[in-house]
Amino acid sequence: MAKIIFIEHSGTTHEVEAKTGLSVMEAAVKNNVPGIDADCGGACACATCHVYVDPAWLDKTGKPTAMEESMLDFAENVESNSRLSCQIKVSDALDGLTVRLPESQH
Amino acid sequence: MTGDPEAVSAQTPDLTGRVVIVGAGHAGGTAAALLRQYGWTGRITLIGEEPLPPYQRPPLSKAWLKGEADGDSLALRPTSFYAEQSITLRLSTGVAGVNVAAKMITLDSGEAVAWDHLILAVGAAARKLTAPGAELDGVLELRTAADAEQLKQALGPGKRLAVIGGGYVGLEAAASARALGAEAVVIEREPRVLARVACPELSGFFQAYHAARGVRFEVNAQVLGFSGEHGRVTGVELGDGRTLPCDAALVGIGALPHESLARLAGCACNHGIVVDEAARTSVADIYAIGDCTQRPLPLYGLSGRLESVPNALEQAKQAAAHLCGRPAPAPETPWFWSDQYDLKLQIAGLPFHAVRRIIRGDPAAAKFAVFHLDAEDRVQAVEAVNAPPEFMAGRQLVGNRKPVAPEKLRDTSVSMKEVAA
Repeated sequence: MAKIIFIEHSGTTHEVEAKTGLSVMEAAVKNNVPGIDADCGGACACATCHVYVDPAWLDKTGKPTAMEESMLDFAENVESNSRLSCQIKVSDALDGLTVRLPESQH
Repeated sequence: MTGDPEAVSAQTPDLTGRVVIVGAGHAGGTAAALLRQYGWTGRITLIGEEPLPPYQRPPLSKAWLKGEADGDSLALRPTSFYAEQSITLRLSTGVAGVNVAAKMITLDSGEAVAWDHLILAVGAAARKLTAPGAELDGVLELRTAADAEQLKQALGPGKRLAVIGGGYVGLEAAASARALGAEAVVIEREPRVLARVACPELSGFFQAYHAARGVRFEVNAQVLGFSGEHGRVTGVELGDGRTLPCDAALVGIGALPHESLARLAGCACNHGIVVDEAARTSVADIYAIGDCTQRPLPLYGLSGRLESVPNALEQAKQAAAHLCGRPAPAPETPWFWSDQYDLKLQIAGLPFHAVRRIIRGDPAAAKFAVFHLDAEDRVQAVEAVNAPPEFMAGRQLVGNRKPVAPEKLRDTSVSMKEVAA
């Protein structure tokens, strides 16, 4: 298990306990964290689970794949720390991971 | 009440009524969760015929069938979620009737459940093949997790699967069957697979890709019936007199919306339950969402039935927003996806008004997109194979209706960012 902290665009914070092996997107959806739509359920097909990874965690979350990068290229309000949360796997090393959510996924 | 959504949001919404959602699929489950996210405090009852809490159907023909996803990962939310959110989940429960005047539904058990707002998220049923032998064991369909379990049991090294219908479900199942070491033959009535849902270039590409991986095809083929022994299917009988031997036959020939409850309620139906842009039916306080609806397609000035997860989510959002007095969500561009082998197919838009097609990229390299343009060179739809930038940019272009330069679109040395700029 790892604790993942989601901060909504409004500032509202959600702390959830996520099972190792789930994606960060699944951790959000299964805990009804608003602001992650995840239309495709994790197939890296829609870019509606966009998050900003807290800079302190960027090393641990790793780099996006080429597929993810090209999806992110066309998402709204992309920053250098943007990721698709369906492509980040929860592990013990990510205990305490903090991500911020964009204003909208569409 | 049929006021426009803005007029509704100007009032203080009453969030205390009893919402009953019939159908605990992707649409129904999402509507229940969104109502709580949006602040609904009244009772929410989510009623499903299946024994499982809401789960994702798309993996049933893909990752799940291949054994790459378990039941837990299919579930939309953990079971504990519903109790935590004060959502009453009633599973394995059928709904027999509805009384609009009394605002009650009747369960199969005879029990009555009262509602102030009713959301029909009843989905669609697999279209049945009416042919001799269709009742044999091993003649399968694929809508539910239970269907998928039966199909999985029938697959494995050396097993032979006959797929009737070369649509997405059939092709995905054929690809999964091959991954599990089974033989697969796809039987299609039309001259090409995906005939009703994709352009000829895409059909040709997918058929060749499957054939290269050992799937056999019978196109222009008529299914007369099934042969069997001891009550179990052993073959598919074709119009040309041949019988194709099989251990299981999957019938994937489309779906029919469940309209019976809506008709009992007096809701207008026309190839689906007719709804407006806020997912309202023609009867006050009754909404319908997901596969069962005939919905407006504002981008095209038409209405249609969309069988897709994005559609289920969009309409769940529309209904929940309307109930909670929130502004209507912006209309979305319809989109779809399919995974077969190492192919990621992403489709945005619908080619209703398209007059020509532009191919970008190389089908031989399994990385290309087909753009459907209208007479003013506006993108109506894009079908992208292993081409996310084309899909993402295409989806934007479908939504913003900006004309594109066809010669740039065709030229892969011009980035999609530039094409869409």
